[in-house]
Amino acid sequence: MSNYIDKIKEAANRLLQDCRVDLVIGFRKGTVPMMNEPCIAKTPQEVQNLVWDSNCGINLANYLTNRKEKIAVIAKGCDSRNIVTHIIENKIKREQLVIIGVPCTGMIDKRKINAMFEGEIREVTEAENNITVRGNGFEKVLDKKELLQQNCALCIHRNPVIYDELISEKVAEQKDVDRYEDIREIESMSPEDKEKYFDELLAPCIRCYACRNACPLCYCPTCFVDESRPQWVGKSQEPNDVKTFHFLRAYHCAGRCTDCGACERSCPVGINMRLLTKKLEKDCFDLFGWEAGMSLEVRPPLDTYKPSDPNDFIK
Amino acid sequence: MELMGMEHGRLQFSWVSSAESTKFVEVVKAVTAAIKTLGPNTNFAKINAEVA
Repeated sequence: MSNYIDKIKEAANRLLQDCRVDLVIGFRKGTVPMMNEPCIAKTPQEVQNLVWDSNCGINLANYLTNRKEKIAVIAKGCDSRNIVTHIIENKIKREQLVIIGVPCTGMIDKRKINAMFEGEIREVTEAENNITVRGNGFEKVLDKKELLQQNCALCIHRNPVIYDELISEKVAEQKDVDRYEDIREIESMSPEDKEKYFDELLAPCIRCYACRNACPLCYCPTCFVDESRPQWVGKSQEPNDVKTFHFLRAYHCAGRCTDCGACERSCPVGINMRLLTKKLEKDCFDLFGWEAGMSLEVRPPLDTYKPSDPNDFIK
Repeated sequence: MELMGMEHGRLQFSWVSSAESTKFVEVVKAVTAAIKTLGPNTNFAKINAEVA
C-alpha cells in the first residue's frame, strides 16, 4: 500500500496544475511514528509532503464540511462512504470534488504496537505485508495482518464506493467476516452487567471530545455538549454525564456511521466507543438492510418513510 | 437503550390519537403498573453529594 504514494503525488500535481482543483487533502508524516496527520496541499512543493502508508486512519471526509473550493480528496473505502454521506447531507457538492480512490488493506493499530514494546518506538516502516518497528536497542519485523485496527480487520468495504481516479487495482474484499461478535456478547448480558460494562468502558474518558472532532459525522456548528442555553448535558466528569455524552453522540451517528474508526483512533485514553456506534450500525442493517454511504441514490432509512418500516416496538 | 443497561420494558412506545382518551388511560395504567414492578431506576441516576 505504501507504493501508492508516487501515483497519488502524480495525480495531485496533475489536478493542481490543470486547475481542476484548488487544493488536495491528504496525509503528511506526523512528528511521531504511526501518527500521520491530515494536510492540505495547494502547491507542488506541498504535494511533495504527502505520504501514504498504514497510518492514515483518520477520516478525510471530516475536512470537506461546508467547503467552497474545488477539492481533490484521497479516499479509502471508509472515507469514500463518508464522502457519500456528506454529499447526501448537503455538506459538499459532488461537482466540487475529485475523489482519488485508494483501495485499502487496513490501517495498523498504534496502541497494539506500542503495547508490544518496552521502550520508545523511533521508527515504523513497512513493506508489502510486513511492518518493521525500530526503537532504542530493538528491531522487529511483524506481520501487518496481526496489527490491524479492529474495524479494519472487520472491514467489508475496502475499496472506495465512489471515485474519479483509482490509484491501483481494487483489492479483494474480505468475505465471511463476523462483524458483530463483540456486540452480540454485550447484548446477551443482563441489564446490570451492561450498565457495569459501560461504566468501566467509559470510566477513563476525560471528555476532551477528540472522538467528536475526528468524526466526519460530527459537523454541527454547535455540538449539544457545548450548548449552555439550554444545557442538554452536564459538563462534569461525573460518570452519568460522561455516559450521556457518549450515548447521545452515538445516537447522532445512527444510520450514518461507517465504522471508519477515527473516533477510537483519536482517543487519547484508548476507549473503544465504537461499540456504541456499531450496535446502531448493526440495528440499521438488521431492521432496514442499510449500510451507510454505499450509494448517492438511496436516502438513509432515518429520513424516509416506508409502510414496511418495522414498528413492532410500538404497543 | 437496552444495550446501555436499561431494563427491558422501562422504555415503551405507543400510538395514541388525541381522540382515543380511553386508550390513553389504559396505556398509562399499564405502563405505570409495569414500571412499578421494575422499581426505581438506578441506572443513570445521579447521586447528589450529601450535605451535612
